[in-house]
Amino acid sequence: MSEEFKVEIVNPEKCFLVKDDVSEVVVPAFEGEMGILKDHISIISFLKPGIIKVLSKSGDENYYVEDGIVEFKNNNLSILTSTIFNLADMDKSKQQDLLKQAEEEANKTDINDQSKFLADQKVEVLKTLN
Amino acid sequence: MASLDDLKKRIASVKSTQKITKAMKMVAAAKLRRAQESAEKGRPYSEKMNNVILNLSNGISDKENAPKLLSGTGQEKTHLCVVMTSDRGLCGGFNSNIIKKAKSYFVKILDEGKELKIITVGSKGNDQLKRVYGDKIIENISFKESKNANYFDADKVGKMVIEKFEAGEFDVCTIFYNQFKNVITQIPQAQQIIPLNNEGEENSSEESYEFEPDEDEILSNLLPKNISTQIFKAMLENSASEQGSRMSAMDNATRNAGEMVDKLTIEYNRSRQAAITKELIEIISGAESL
Repeated sequence: MSEEFKVEIVNPEKCFLVKDDVSEVVVPAFEGEMGILKDHISIISFLKPGIIKVLSKSGDENYYVEDGIVEFKNNNLSILTSTIFNLADMDKSKQQDLLKQAEEEANKTDINDQSKFLADQKVEVLKTLN
Repeated sequence: MASLDDLKKRIASVKSTQKITKAMKMVAAAKLRRAQESAEKGRPYSEKMNNVILNLSNGISDKENAPKLLSGTGQEKTHLCVVMTSDRGLCGGFNSNIIKKAKSYFVKILDEGKELKIITVGSKGNDQLKRVYGDKIIENISFKESKNANYFDADKVGKMVIEKFEAGEFDVCTIFYNQFKNVITQIPQAQQIIPLNNEGEENSSEESYEFEPDEDEILSNLLPKNISTQIFKAMLENSASEQGSRMSAMDNATRNAGEMVDKLTIEYNRSRQAAITKELIEIISGAESL
């Protein structure tokens, strides 16, 4: 039996990615990174800023996300996100832009703990990319 | 009867109007294709979002303590209506249809003695509503600068709605927009987004989910996002509807202008012939009298 399942990444504008030969997806869930394999139990969880790794026969892909929801059901993984970039298409200047934005946000004093945490996360992830 | 010169001028002016409407139709047709595409591409996201929420709200054990965005404030005193229209005119009945739908809802609300608050998105709706309901409009937003509907704008509206909800300014929120069915039909819609209306939807799955973190936390994070998503969906549908409506309106206008030109041309030719005949008669009768 094949060990592959289907993944769909959707953003509000369109279906960002649809693949049905995926062997593993690693998502930056809210409470830590989570690797999803075939026949995982049905789960709904949140994403924090981080990297989604999609491992498949046709090649591995990495995406940077800022937020989102993952739903896994019947070997169908749906990832809903509003901000996603393919790392392969992202050049240095784009990364710098995002980093700058995130740093600005993290340095604001009038935000609550949760947004502060998210902004810090963004900075951290983006720094590791560079 | 109008003189020959007048007729000539009118024909010319109708022709130039026809050129304009024809050009607008072409532009609308081109834009429609793009708008329709993005409306269709945007559907999976909002559908998925709805699904997840449905599954979540079924899974919630303690319905009493569910987030207010889902279950409502427990009363229905103040209604907030978000009326979404276009920023530009010349699109047939597009704006009036939404306004008509919204107005009938307003009347109903007011008749029941409830309080009404309005947010208008798009300047055309504001123009039409402020005459009658000017004192009810609390906010007027327009995205004239942004070319296409984008999620960022929708999020802004969504955040504002949620802010107002959390401040206790209203109990029920409904959005009004045109759903795009095809180029000639757009259906004005009233969709209640707060509290979330799951009526009529069957329990899609009995399967239990694992949640991480727990349901409540996910729900309270997800619901505000859902509001923005629904508004975004409405914006996409609206922009496709607007272009479709404009296209058919301009098509009609072009055709009508064509008919008018034909009619005027016949009239012009007739009067020209009448003038010639008159001159001939004068000449002949003049010659005969000699």
